[in-house]
This record gives sequence, structure tokens and C-alpha cells, in this order.
Amino acid sequence: MNDFEQFKQTFFEECEELLQRFEDVAVTLKAGPNDPEGLDDLFRSVHSIKAGAGAFKFQRLVVYSHEFENVLDLIRSGKLELADGDPELIVQAGDILNDLVCAARSGQDVQDGHEAEMLERIRAMGSQTGTAAAPVSEDASKPDTNGDFVVRFRPHRAMYETANEPQLLIQALKAVGDISILADLSRLPELSKLDPAEGYLSWTIEVRGAENEEAIAEVFEFVDGDCDLVIEPISAAPREEGQAVEEAPSVATPAETTLATSNTPPAAGANAAPAAAQTNSIRVELGRIDRLVDMVGELVIAQAMALDSLSELVDIRHVKQLQALEDLTMRTRQLQEGVMAVRMQPLKALFSRFPRVVRDLSKKLDKNVRLELEGEATEVDKTIIEELSDPLTHMIRNCMDHGLETVADRVAAGKPEQGVVKLSAEHRNGRILIRVSDDGRGLDPEKVLAKAVANGLVEEGADLSKEEIEALIFMPGFSTAAAVSDVSGRGVGMDVVRRNIQKLGGRVTVESEFGKGSTFTLALPLTLAVLDGMLVDVACERYVVPLSTIVETVCAEPSMIRDLPEGGSVMSIRGEMIRLIDLCSNLRLSREGKTEPLRKLAVIVETEFGRRVGLVVDELLGQQQVVIKSLETNYHSIDGIAGTAILGDGRVRLILDIDGLANMETSTSLASEGSVDTMDPIISGGVAE
Amino acid sequence: MSKRVLAVDDSKTMRDMVAFTLKREGFDVIEAEDGMAALDKSGDGAYDLVISDVNMPRMDGITLVGKLRENPSFRTTPILILTTEADQEKKAAGKAAGATGWIVKPFDPDQLVDVVRRVCR
Repeated sequence: MNDFEQFKQTFFEECEELLQRFEDVAVTLKAGPNDPEGLDDLFRSVHSIKAGAGAFKFQRLVVYSHEFENVLDLIRSGKLELADGDPELIVQAGDILNDLVCAARSGQDVQDGHEAEMLERIRAMGSQTGTAAAPVSEDASKPDTNGDFVVRFRPHRAMYETANEPQLLIQALKAVGDISILADLSRLPELSKLDPAEGYLSWTIEVRGAENEEAIAEVFEFVDGDCDLVIEPISAAPREEGQAVEEAPSVATPAETTLATSNTPPAAGANAAPAAAQTNSIRVELGRIDRLVDMVGELVIAQAMALDSLSELVDIRHVKQLQALEDLTMRTRQLQEGVMAVRMQPLKALFSRFPRVVRDLSKKLDKNVRLELEGEATEVDKTIIEELSDPLTHMIRNCMDHGLETVADRVAAGKPEQGVVKLSAEHRNGRILIRVSDDGRGLDPEKVLAKAVANGLVEEGADLSKEEIEALIFMPGFSTAAAVSDVSGRGVGMDVVRRNIQKLGGRVTVESEFGKGSTFTLALPLTLAVLDGMLVDVACERYVVPLSTIVETVCAEPSMIRDLPEGGSVMSIRGEMIRLIDLCSNLRLSREGKTEPLRKLAVIVETEFGRRVGLVVDELLGQQQVVIKSLETNYHSIDGIAGTAILGDGRVRLILDIDGLANMETSTSLASEGSVDTMDPIISGGVAE
Repeated sequence: MSKRVLAVDDSKTMRDMVAFTLKREGFDVIEAEDGMAALDKSGDGAYDLVISDVNMPRMDGITLVGKLRENPSFRTTPILILTTEADQEKKAAGKAAGATGWIVKPFDPDQLVDVVRRVCR
């Protein structure tokens, strides 16, 4: 199937607009000269429909719109004047065009010959000028040779002025046949006399094994007339006439193609998804949606403010007002969800580019690779989709280049010849998880560690867990490839991938089993705009904890808490030991004047990896939906802080980054052991800049 | 640094197709819906390639090519025009205005990529 099939829907929506525009203008036509802009509109509408129809191979539509367009072109250029009855004919011709578009859209062909009569009338109208649009045809290909040619090529100044590049043309010749090149530098003047815009060089290129002369001429199509170009067969061996005719011309004009196939039913592809084509939708400029999202964001804040200031009214006399307010809260939320849903798009558009990346790359790397896609229907905010393209491409390249073994190595390791790269997406806990996995060699912890030590990222003899070692590949300046390859080693490492994902409020992690493969997991927010949060108070400061991370809250008895010898403390809940993070000290707050509560209040949260930690806070203030504002765009990123939010009281509060905080704690404890303080930037989740 | 292409067409379908194809080739695609819009966007940063339709409202593709070539920062930028096979005149006019080459509609992704590789580093 053609990769462009996915744009069919857009095409039909566009057709609708174009046909509407066409009709609006067509009905105002009159005999004699008309408004040139209107005539341009008519022509362009039909022209655009033709171009799209060609892309999707709606042959009847192509043939019809081609003829129609020709006549309209004659009219708009003044070569054909409208006579009585012609305006009416154009309106009717537009109706037939509409029928053909509808037929293509529904996949149910209109009956044969539906447009035949109109087509005749249009042709007749065009032929009145004597300059009827004859389909442009090119000469059939000349008799073939044995495929060996010599090309003499000398660019003129004009060729450089249109930004054509001889080197690229010669490169393109490589696709035509095997080439050997001889450059002639004899006309090159002294440096002082050299005019950079002038063409001094010329080349003699031997092309062997070319299909025909046209294939070579096609490469130089754009510079025809702007260079001296001679293409000669090296040993011409003319073929029999009959043989030459059998060969299809390498370039068929649309006119030829369409006329030849106009009586055949549309290609199967055209009928592939009639149901999908009928989905009702309209196109809306993205800016409008963004404004809507912004406005709803402000509404949420305003509603929260109203709730905040009226929440003291817990009086029976105000029960109606409170009910109304509750209702408003619910509606606001529904409205917000509805608006956010507009920005959501399936990941299919993004995923669909990877089969090609994999195909091209497997050729280049000479590896046998199959790409498996899963969860393409998963919907994500448009902005996130756009930003994911580069990181995902890089990760897939990485998997194929470094992860997967060569065919020989795979066979030796007892694996199937074909390696598998899997790209999957799913929604989980209000986040989206995208995984890129391969069944290749996996990360060798010893090698990774040795490399990190060699690059000075970790001190010699550091005692790191497997997870910590694997995380090293995300450090700036780390590259597992022994030599920088042109596939994935473009000076962009996994650290850049990580940074890009972090900018989106997401995280990237790797799990790997040596010899069996690796899985990279991207965890991203569904949207960048709103968050359900729990407002907490710590030493008189208020913070927002993302609700999706909260497992439970526990008011701890002193007996449940134990201090650890190396600092920090843990809490025992139902037999499970959970590390406590003291927000007060972690965020470097001071409790001036305010005493610590007698019993510790812990909000148990779960990190991305399913690890649980307890955040020690003073008070829980309640749940609230907040509109996220980026900290980075207005300030700079801070470890442990995911972003900011404007709350009902109109004040800006910080949203806690649970993973960041949990990892910060780890790094402090590691650093306190004095072994790997250089690891700070990587495990703290901070942006290393 | 990924390469940047300015894709100019009044048809969203065409822009989508060009964008889809070139994004896979590692381009950042900046879209404009006619020549005027393209000129507006010609100022923000360097482009490695321009692909423009010919028939567009407000300013057509041929005029756009001429205007872009007057701008020193577009002097060596490859500019391709999107045209139909029958439009021999358009090809000639485009070239006279300074277009590097053309892409014939309808095209499939591979054809587009082939042409782009012929003009773009």
C-alpha cells in the first residue's frame, strides 16, 4: 500500500472545500470576461483535486479533472471567451466533478459513462480555440544499447545560479549504473582570477549497465540547457524495432497513463477503506485549538479561585450555591477533558515512518531486521508526538546499529537470523509508555562500566548495581560504539535522547539482559497541559504532588520509623520498608518558628519503576486539578521539580518531580559513600547543562 | 542539526504528503500555504530546501522563486517546484525564475526523495 493512503481523508475534506469554493464562484460566472481572481479560483480548485486524485490513483477523477482544468486554464488565460450557455455548462461540469469525488470517497463507483457526455462537451469547448490541450507525450524510448554510455558534462554559470550541484548529479548517476569519473581541471584559472560563480570544471563519466539513455538524461533533466551535455553509447548495438516498442517508456505522462486506464475500474487501493473515508471531521487550525486550551486553562484557574474563596461557606443557607459550584467544577472538568481530547492524535502517523527507517538501515548495516509495531492507535498530545520523532528515530537506529548482532553472530549465538526491533505504545496510569526493544546482544555491564571509567564518568572500583550501570549509557559523553559509525554515532548520544524526553516531562529508562536484548522505555505525560495534583504543605510552603503517583497517605506512629545509620530513615508499613524523603530538608526549607508536627505524615508515592518512597509532609490540603506551566521556559530546570502551577489562590506553586526526588536521595547517599559523586547528574534526573 | 525544508502549497493534502515524506528523511518541515506566507517565513532561519507548488492564491510559485532568489540567503538554496507533467511552460518559467528543478505531480514518496537527493546535500 502506498504510504500516502493515510492522507486520503485530508484529501476528501479538502475536496469538499474546493468544490464548495468552485460552486460559489461558478454560479457568478457570466458570458464574456469575468473577474480574473474568480477564474483563478476555479482553475486552482480543479487543479488541486486533480493533483490529489493522481496521488491516490482515482483514474476517472484524474482524467475528468485534467480535461476540465485545461478548459479552465484557457478561460483564465483569456484564450477562450465564455459564450452563452458556457457558464451553465461549467456549473454542471462542477456537479459531475462532485459526483466523481463522492464516488471515490465512498468507494462505490458511479456508473460507467456518467461523465462521458460532459467530458465531450468540455473537450468541444476547449477545441474552439484551436489550442485544445493535447496531452503532452514524449517520444518512446530510443533503441537500447548494451547499457554502457559515456557522459560528457560541463556546467555553465546558469546551472550554479539555480543552485544545482554537479556533485549531486554525479552521485545520482550512481543509481543508474556503475560509474567511473574523470574530472577535467584544465580550465581552472589561477586563484586570483577565479570567479566562484563560474563553472570551470567538466567531467567525463562512464556509466555502465544503465537501463537506457533516458535514465541518464533524466538525472540531468533540471540542468538541460544550462550545461554542455553529451550522452553517447560506448558501443552502440541497435536493437530490432519490435523489441524497442515492447520496452515501456521510462517516463509515462499522466495523460498517457490515465487515458490508457480510464476504462478500467479504479485500483484496489482506491477502494481500500471506504468506511474510513466517511468519518465526519473538519480541519481546524492548530492555533485556534491552542487558544482554546489556554482559555480553558484560565477557566480552570478561575473556577478554582471561586471555589477557594467560597469554600468557607459551609452553611446550610448556602447549600444551593455550593451545589451550583460543584456542578460548575464538574462541567469545567468535562470541558477541559473535551478540549484536551481535540489535541490528541494516534501515534500511527509517527510510527508509520519507522518501517522505512528500519528497511533502509538494515540494507546499510547488512542486518536482517523485522520491525514489529504495537499500539499505534494510542492517542497522545500532538505536541508530544512531534517531539518524539527524533528521539525515537535515534533509539531505533541505536537498537539496530549497536543492539542487534550481525547475521553471523546471531546464528553463532543460536538466535534466529532475523533480529526483531519492537516499537510499542500503551496508556498506563495516566501516562503513555513507549517501548523500543530489540532481541540483540544486550548491554554488557562490564563493558559499559569499563567504558564509563575510561571516559572518566565513574571512578575506578565503584560498586554499582546493574541498573546503575545500565543508566550510565544516558550520561553525556558516553558512547558504547567502539568507533563512531555513521548510523547512530552522529555525535548525538542517548544523553540527548534523555534530555529531549525530559523536556516533555517524561523519562527514559533501559532494561537489558546481556545476550538477550534491551528494552528502552519512554514514559510520557498524556498531555503537557493539565495535571491532577494533591496540594501539600511543608514548612508553610505549598507543593503539588501529582495524584497519579500517590499510592496512599500514612500518619506514622513513631514506632514505625527507623533512622538509618548512614542518615535518612525508613518506615515500615505492613511489613514493607519504605524509604522516607524529608521534603523539608530535601527542598532546603527552613522551619523558622514553626515546629515539626508530632507525628510524621507520609505520602506514599510510586516512581516510574514501581519503587515506593514516602514523602514527609506537614499537612494535606486537598486535591486539585492544576494547569501546568513549564519552569524551564520561564526560569530553568530544578532537580526534584517537574513544573509549576497557578492555584486557586492565584499563587504559583511548584509541582514535585517524584522520580527526581527519589533519585536525588539515592545520589546523596551514594555520594556520601564517596564513591561515585560524579554520577549526580545522571541519577538525579537533572538536566545536565 | 536536522535539515530544514520550507514546503509551500495551498493544498493541505500535498503539504501533508511532502511533510510526511521529508520528515522520514530527517527534515524539519516548515509549511506555508501560499507564496506570501512562504515569504513571511523565509526570514526565520536558514533553509536547506524549498518545495513550492505553482498555482497558489495571493502569490504563485514562480513569483515566489524569483523573490527568494533575490534574497542572498536563498541564493544557493535548492528550490523545487511542484508541477504537472503537462506543464512544460511552467517548468521553463520556473527555471527562468531560478528554480533548481521540479517534482511532477502526482508523486510517490520514493520519487520525491529521489529528486530531493539530486538537489540537496
